[in-house]
Amino acid sequence: MIRVILPAHLRTLARVDGEVELDIAGQVTQGSLLDALEARYPMLRGTIRDHGSGKRRAFVRFFACQQDLSHEPPEAPLPDAVASGAEPYLIVGAMAGG
Amino acid sequence: MSSVRVLVGTRKGAFVLSSDGRRERWDVSGPHFAGWEIYHVKGSPADPDRLYASQSSGWFGQVIQRSDDGGATWAPVGNEFSYAGTPGTHQWYDGTPHPWEFARVWHLEPSPDDPDTVYAGVEDAGLFRSTDGGQHWQELPGLRGHSSGPSWQPGAGGMCLHTIILDGPERIYVAISAAGAFRSDDAGQTWRPVNRGLHSEGIPDPSAEVGHCVHRIAMHPARPSVLYMQKHWDVMRSDDAGESWREVSGDLPTDFGFPIDVHAHEPDTVYVVPITSDSHHFPPEGRLRVYRSRTGGDEWEPLTKGLPQEHCYVNVLRDAMAVDSLQDCGVYFGTTGGQVYASADAGDTWDPIVRDLPAVLSVEVQTLR
Repeated sequence: MIRVILPAHLRTLARVDGEVELDIAGQVTQGSLLDALEARYPMLRGTIRDHGSGKRRAFVRFFACQQDLSHEPPEAPLPDAVASGAEPYLIVGAMAGG
Repeated sequence: MSSVRVLVGTRKGAFVLSSDGRRERWDVSGPHFAGWEIYHVKGSPADPDRLYASQSSGWFGQVIQRSDDGGATWAPVGNEFSYAGTPGTHQWYDGTPHPWEFARVWHLEPSPDDPDTVYAGVEDAGLFRSTDGGQHWQELPGLRGHSSGPSWQPGAGGMCLHTIILDGPERIYVAISAAGAFRSDDAGQTWRPVNRGLHSEGIPDPSAEVGHCVHRIAMHPARPSVLYMQKHWDVMRSDDAGESWREVSGDLPTDFGFPIDVHAHEPDTVYVVPITSDSHHFPPEGRLRVYRSRTGGDEWEPLTKGLPQEHCYVNVLRDAMAVDSLQDCGVYFGTTGGQVYASADAGDTWDPIVRDLPAVLSVEVQTLR
């Protein structure tokens, strides 16, 4: 079970409280995690990564295990601790005022 | 008894303000989509319970929300706005070619006949349409594909398509900052600029075919050949469906401003909110005044009763004025200071419905029978 923590605005949009749990078959990568997340919550399509290109939105970051994985390619495997559910995968909106 | 529903988009959410036909006591619901920028909320003329809202965020992009129960509940629909074909380029601020990039939906214009058909004006300027209640969006690429498209440049607020006027099954007007006004006579397939008579000192050729910073266009449906325009500077009028324009700023204290609207029952009664200048986005002398012309322009009267007449330094944005269609026409506008003012007597007197919302981006009103 993969654990995903969404930023507050996206939790509201997806109407979820707390963590999201996803089952992903095969190797867990950023791409497969986001595919599974968007399949379960279609309203999140386009809010984390671009519809067409799949490019991460500029003010969104991906963290796990105290690492910034934002610049990792979509096919890169996620850490074992994320794949096992020991550690959550964090989707983070950049801090800013306003 | 008739009632009205005022749909307010703000920098931090949407609000729905409801009253009976007397328009004295108001129920306020919201914020809906709290924390998100709501550029526009508009109801379908064909089904007043059907509302569309443009919800956006610098972090998370564009969401379109739809309500089928007059704003009580909402659900996100489609948010994929892909330009047709190879997007090409327009001019960037520095004059270099810049790829068309979708940023947000500025304006949603539901069809007068079909609740499931709605048009979206977007930044970078383009016109999209959905015929399935907002689930899927297709560009009408003839507009952006006009031969002048590569020369369009953004205004300071971005290159946005902010005005959409549907005039019958075939004719559509749009306005783009800072390209100008365009008209289609074939339901959006082909377009041509309709800017003759506009004069803009801020561009190299002040009378150019395109490049004008049009802020807003309004039309009365009973007299569709007459259009009123608030340009960056100048209030303009066309009597021939945009073929030519003449200035009707007349005795306004300043002809800079953003919104313009027409009385629901009097096609010659027009409203503007003069703003000091493009570098002073607040009313002259700190006095918030709506100006009304009963002669289709040129002669204007200030409307001040109930509006702050000292120390007022708010702005009124282009989509933040609307009229209802009750017998005594109601006029509404919202400010960047978060006030929404209403007049139940065509502008003679005003009262604030709310005073402390986030900065108001848009105001629409539905007249419910």
